[in-house]
Amino acid sequence: MSIKFEKVDYVYSPGTSMEKKGLDNVSFEIADHSFVALIGHTGSGKSTMMQHFNALLKPSTGTIDIAGYHITSSTSNKNLKNLRKQVSLVFQFPEAQLFENTVLEDVEFGPKNFGASEVEAKKKALKWLKKVGLSESIISNSPFELSGGQMRRVAIAGVMAIEPQVLCLDEPAAGLDPRARREMMQLFVDYQKAGHTVILVTHNMNDVAEYADDVLVMENGKLIKHARPEEVFADKNWLKRHYLDEPTPSLFASSLSNFNFEKNPLTLEQLANEIKDNLWGEASE
Amino acid sequence: MGRYIPGNALIYKMDPRGKLLITILFIFTILLANNPISYGIITLFCFLAVFTTKLKVRVFWNGVKPLIGLIFFTALLQLFFMTGGKVYWQWWIFTLSSYGIVNAIYIFIRFTLIILISTVMTVTTMPLEIADAMEWLLKPLKIFKVPVDKIALVISIALRFVPTLFDETFKIMNAQRSRGADFNDGGLIKRAKAITPILVPLFIHSLETAIDLSTAMESRGYRGSQGRTKYRVLRWSKYDLLDLAYFILLVVLLLIFRNH
Repeated sequence: MSIKFEKVDYVYSPGTSMEKKGLDNVSFEIADHSFVALIGHTGSGKSTMMQHFNALLKPSTGTIDIAGYHITSSTSNKNLKNLRKQVSLVFQFPEAQLFENTVLEDVEFGPKNFGASEVEAKKKALKWLKKVGLSESIISNSPFELSGGQMRRVAIAGVMAIEPQVLCLDEPAAGLDPRARREMMQLFVDYQKAGHTVILVTHNMNDVAEYADDVLVMENGKLIKHARPEEVFADKNWLKRHYLDEPTPSLFASSLSNFNFEKNPLTLEQLANEIKDNLWGEASE
Repeated sequence: MGRYIPGNALIYKMDPRGKLLITILFIFTILLANNPISYGIITLFCFLAVFTTKLKVRVFWNGVKPLIGLIFFTALLQLFFMTGGKVYWQWWIFTLSSYGIVNAIYIFIRFTLIILISTVMTVTTMPLEIADAMEWLLKPLKIFKVPVDKIALVISIALRFVPTLFDETFKIMNAQRSRGADFNDGGLIKRAKAITPILVPLFIHSLETAIDLSTAMESRGYRGSQGRTKYRVLRWSKYDLLDLAYFILLVVLLLIFRNH
């Protein structure tokens, strides 16, 4: 059930003076159960692409194959329910979607819409509220009484309780404190390891280096690179030209002029190992 | 009425105060017409105004369309309940008379002209310009201690946040659709229920935005609108003589040709 875009164009307000290309001839294929990072600047087409994953937007031209659906410009809006059950989106600042009287009911909303019974929905909701790190004492509170961080967790639980095959998240950790950020990212990694595809829209290159095994880079609606993170971060001039940051470990490594790095370290662990090897090498000489 | 459509016809260069004032006066002027010739004159003037915008006819048709039912209903009331003149047909309380027919036509023309002229004004003037023009027109009320500046500020803020609310509504709808909400399916009750997941977040967002905005305004030193200067200063220009002259010509012609 891989995801395949073929020559996808998306045009905003076609035929008017405000016509604008959101996606421009985008083709790629991503494998099942991978952790994909989608990066690019504001307005580069990331959000537009994300909304194509569950057919909230449909390509103006080109085709998308996802979750057994073949989507073109003429795909009907009916019968998309099964697609949305398999491919879920967590939008930026998802706490804006909370509306129910209690935290529990809000998390149950998704599963119930997709046909879960009362009992099942409650079971799933409790499971995911626990997984996002919320205690059971708050489940009958109003979601609007919670702190910003807790609201974020409720909203994410509300989507993950649908247990989709493909989970797509737009900056899910923006504005969270470092600990919450790490916990959230770990949650998504665990979800991927359990046999799901995770697509992460992000500006944080450390997260890309740490977690992703496939990277899509967007610019002006075009897909300008599709590769593994090592490859994306290998060409520093290319990164500079496209105003993309390097991960911190890689920056740190380049400032250590006396060291020889076998390969560009992308994660803290790799950096630590490389430094250890260097020091070890010196000591044995 | 319609949404502002950018353009570069002469009418876009006119001062919004002049346009708003003349639009309002035009609506009252329609009442001066009382015979076929005067109705013909004012209709001609209105169509000329429509013509000067250089916009597609569809724009104006879209302005009239939502109210076409109301116009026909009012015209039909006139047609069947007005008595006088020659009676052609009568049944129960309905009468079809010559007065009725003429008046139905006049009512129809009046309504259509009012909508057309308002559309000309709203599609060629930016909402914020209209707000500024309204502030200027309301100025005399300051004598009666009406807080005109504040009313104007409220109107501008409301207009400013219309697109923001639209965007937010779409965002929330997409988020709920991703959670399996269906807005176009099922009967009336099911659809009404489906609106809750949109309305609640939207209200909360609006209130939060309002609080944020008031905090931001206060922290930038807002203390009522007294003595505030304007970023867009309205200036009369030679173009404003055009619509004024056009309007005076219309009034003179109407006064000559109407029945006394």
